[in-house]
Amino acid sequence: MDRRQAAPMTRRDMLAGTFRAACGAGLVAALLAVPARRRAEAVALRPPGAIADADFLSACVRCGLCVRDCPYDTLKLSEAGDGPPIGTPFFTARTVPCEMCETIPCVVACPTGALDKSLTDITKAHMGVAVLVGQETCLNYLGLRCDVCYRVCPMIDQAITLERHHNERTGKHAVFIPTVHTDKCTGCGKCEKACVLDEAAIKVLPPALAVGQLGAHYRLGWEEKRKAGKALIDDIIDLPDRMPEAPAAPGPERLPGGGFKEFKP
Amino acid sequence: MTPQAANAGRDKTCPGADRMARDGWLAAHKWLILRRLSQSVFLAVFLTGPLWGVWITKGTLAASMTLGVLPLTDPLMALQSLLAGHVMEVSGLIGAALVVGVYALVGGRSYCGWVCPVNVLTDFAAWVRTRLGWKDAYPLDRRLRLLILAGVLAASAVTGTIAWEAVNPVTMLHRGLVTGSLFTFGAALSVTVAVLLFDLGVVSRGWCGHLCPVGVFYALIGAKGLIRVSAVNRAACDNCMDCFAVCPERQVITPALRGAKNGVGPIILSRDCSNCGRCIDVCAKDVFIFSTRFHDGAGVAAREPRDHVLQGEKKL
Repeated sequence: MDRRQAAPMTRRDMLAGTFRAACGAGLVAALLAVPARRRAEAVALRPPGAIADADFLSACVRCGLCVRDCPYDTLKLSEAGDGPPIGTPFFTARTVPCEMCETIPCVVACPTGALDKSLTDITKAHMGVAVLVGQETCLNYLGLRCDVCYRVCPMIDQAITLERHHNERTGKHAVFIPTVHTDKCTGCGKCEKACVLDEAAIKVLPPALAVGQLGAHYRLGWEEKRKAGKALIDDIIDLPDRMPEAPAAPGPERLPGGGFKEFKP
Repeated sequence: MTPQAANAGRDKTCPGADRMARDGWLAAHKWLILRRLSQSVFLAVFLTGPLWGVWITKGTLAASMTLGVLPLTDPLMALQSLLAGHVMEVSGLIGAALVVGVYALVGGRSYCGWVCPVNVLTDFAAWVRTRLGWKDAYPLDRRLRLLILAGVLAASAVTGTIAWEAVNPVTMLHRGLVTGSLFTFGAALSVTVAVLLFDLGVVSRGWCGHLCPVGVFYALIGAKGLIRVSAVNRAACDNCMDCFAVCPERQVITPALRGAKNGVGPIILSRDCSNCGRCIDVCAKDVFIFSTRFHDGAGVAAREPRDHVLQGEKKL
């Protein structure tokens, strides 16, 4: 230390030192940025009230308080290989689904706001969206009356309804298609847990994966008509219908070589 | 005979041997034992719940809730979150403020010495190195940790995430211990082994003493804290170097121990000191004592040449 003080520090030394320190800090930041930016997008079901995935890692300190206060051991902290960034909370619907506690203890326990305290009604949660992915294996699609996903749904007849369609295979029966309504589905995962197949035909996916999004400029004519109370277009121009009056024209004349007369390569 | 000559034949792989010979093993490990107890207690309060259903503290060192009323948050975590563009819940912010307050008052890197579980690992690695008589093969600048801290904060701001949590061995090890994931060959075990091997084979006192940004953040918080080690009896020092051999931040000792001619010391004022007290343990000349920033401990040292525990032991 004495030796360092012996040589007075010049402005040049100081600038060089500062620059080297900045390089070092920049190196660390650059290296850290790669693992830090890893999102859980499209792989994890987060606890109820979890803020948007893009913001989640700015808030979650991975303390596990939500996991501790989950009375059903639904929530887990991610380990290497689970998918989400290590230490962040998630759940696997097929293993233990969310029981949708009315008091939402996991959200109450969160000290950081990664789980948004403004969620007080668990039926308004959007942990994910159920999607009937196995349309070739779902028993209801096959024409049977399994209905298990529909019956276990905590939001029965709202999040999942049975839609009746014609059974094309038999030609004389109906099929009852379990149909998920995105705005009502909380993503609790009870349907996926209860699906009787070896591999669930209905799966809960993170909203980003499961939900399609219309372009902002799209207008549905019938919705606009309902809102306006009348058709937005005054009169549809009635173009004359062309009827097949003339007899069908004969095909193009064949040449002896096999080609067509009109065809010029 | 010069002190150096007198110490020439000493066993360098067993610092504290003189003190042990004089006062016994227990006396020469008093502060080490107390520290291990403290670290065990800080771990145990998290473990009684998962092991026996008696919940004292939930969470991890990142953020916790004790007895349902006391929130505590790692302040570096709160700062990174803030830089990432997120303002924590009130309870999280209160927790961070409490932690900052306590360590600013207590001072030094007491967190590193008395709470952090990684310290047990790196102390073990250093003990092995000393026993084997390994020299520092790859010296690193101890200011690297400041750069890493700056890098962590920059990465948080740039990526909008709590960036250090992608790496942090402190919370990973603690989470691994508290949730049991340490024993499932997961990330916690990898990071723990990596730190151990780094300290053992690559850089002496490498992680805690050179790289860890959590530790240096606590050092900055506690830079003006109260509790300090004082080399109050430095006149008695015989240059046996045992304190330097056990000190995890040996650069902090020199000014306090050898600054008499420059009018520096005897209180160790460096923010790097983790208040571990090992120098007090190993010194056979009773040079060091726990004191405060404002008292060099001369009065106490004169009144009680040795502290109570040791006095009693010697009488036995």
